[in-house]
Amino acid sequence: MSDVLDSYPLLLRGAWTTVQITLYGAAFALVLALLFGLAGASRSAALRAVNRIYVEFFRGVAALVLMYWFFYALPLLGLRFTPIAAAVLAIGLNYGAYGAEVVRGSIKAVPRAQWEAACALNFTAGQRMRRVLLPQATALMLPPFGNLLIELMKATAGVSLVSIADLTFRAKQIQASTGQTAATFAVILVIYFVIAQALQVLVRLAERRTERMLGRRPQARPIPIAATTGEVMAP
Amino acid sequence: MPPTDLTSPADPMPEGAAGDAVDDVPEGATAKSAAKAAAAQAPTRVPCGIKFEKVVKRFGDNVVLDHLDFTVGAGDRVTLIGPSGSGKTTILRLLMTLERPDGGVIRVGDDPLWHMERGGKLVKAGERHLHEMRKRIGMVFQQFNLFPNMNVLRNLTEGPVHVLGLGKDEAVERARGLLDMVGLADKENAHPTQLSGGQQQRVAIARALAMEPTVLLLDEVTSALDPELVVGVQDLLRDIARSTDVTMLCVTHEMGFARDISDRVLMFDQGRIVEEGSPEAIFEEPREERTREFLRAVLAS
Repeated sequence: MSDVLDSYPLLLRGAWTTVQITLYGAAFALVLALLFGLAGASRSAALRAVNRIYVEFFRGVAALVLMYWFFYALPLLGLRFTPIAAAVLAIGLNYGAYGAEVVRGSIKAVPRAQWEAACALNFTAGQRMRRVLLPQATALMLPPFGNLLIELMKATAGVSLVSIADLTFRAKQIQASTGQTAATFAVILVIYFVIAQALQVLVRLAERRTERMLGRRPQARPIPIAATTGEVMAP
Repeated sequence: MPPTDLTSPADPMPEGAAGDAVDDVPEGATAKSAAKAAAAQAPTRVPCGIKFEKVVKRFGDNVVLDHLDFTVGAGDRVTLIGPSGSGKTTILRLLMTLERPDGGVIRVGDDPLWHMERGGKLVKAGERHLHEMRKRIGMVFQQFNLFPNMNVLRNLTEGPVHVLGLGKDEAVERARGLLDMVGLADKENAHPTQLSGGQQQRVAIARALAMEPTVLLLDEVTSALDPELVVGVQDLLRDIARSTDVTMLCVTHEMGFARDISDRVLMFDQGRIVEEGSPEAIFEEPREERTREFLRAVLAS
């Protein structure tokens, strides 16, 4: 066990790579999810078709196979990516497809009465979406986004197969050099779990913020402080 | 009363109307150039009447409005009564462009709502035309439909700022005046969920008035309220009816309210007008058996 822990600089570097790919991949997936989700909620049949094609294709292919394409196949056709870029593209495209369905479903789930009220105030279609529907849909998106974010983070373990030195890759190196299989994989199990918890905390914070915006949670009130003494007063 | 000055006389701006052939109407209220000017100067409010010409609306096989004809004069207060499913709410929703008619022409002011005049013919209107026409119309809903992602003040300023192009300060001033009028001046920072139903509905009324519509549609605005909250909202609407020149079209099941707010009552059944007349005539001496039957049923409950 101590051999494993002694190689902590390797593990830390691996964990940092994992976090980086997770964050870049999630940011890319979020952009795709919003773009294609909005297309899917659109009244235009052409835009909805674009959404369907994207979602069905990238939801249907394995992230790992996609990664092999970006890493091994496309360079043969002259398209070269750095390993990290290939990983981020593959993961982003794959999870963006799931996210697009979340975005589309959440927009559809905002009560129609809100659309009607925005229409009665003569908002344009864009204003209805940006000022009324999307802010309310965000509250519905966040819990499934939390799931997807953690799924995405775990899927990054696959990048070790295209020789990116992420957490799993480093673990295999350490396991090979120390021979301590159980200990090595126990340690990275814990590290993956800790990263997942950290991500979950971020999503929870975002959820709280939107709930407060929607008035489902008491407003944060400043604690009254006695002006002269600076003492916190009893409510 | 309201600082928005709903009673102010119309200020026609003919030079503004000349620019746009599609919306070339004498009032000049709809021309885009005029709209921009109106945002900068005093708002142009021309009282608008409403005219339904052979309007048909179907939901599947169900014919809700069957070649309906009726006219509401500018500044009139008209109440629609009748059993549920008789098409009253559909009329308001067609006027607010929430539903599309299947036939006929609806006019608000002199202009067709769902059509544009092109070479003497009426053609289906685009979103741009609808946007111009909606400026004349405001609606208050049964379920209030306040925006939960904004506080009370922003519910009132969002439309004036982003649709009418008012400055932020001006919009806030207008909103505060209206909140004062509806008796909720102390609630501007409250969240809609912190208000009672009656308070929410008063905010919704203020929100509709902030857009300075010339036609105000009221869709069963007290039906979702607890009995003790109904009176406050009704009193407010009575005040608005008394102090403004806005054309009001009101669907309600409160016959007492219908009686004091309206100059004219239309009794609907199965998508047609069964009887119409002054409130006194309809409520005291209804001529049609269907009206008598309906009033008996309503009063019994």
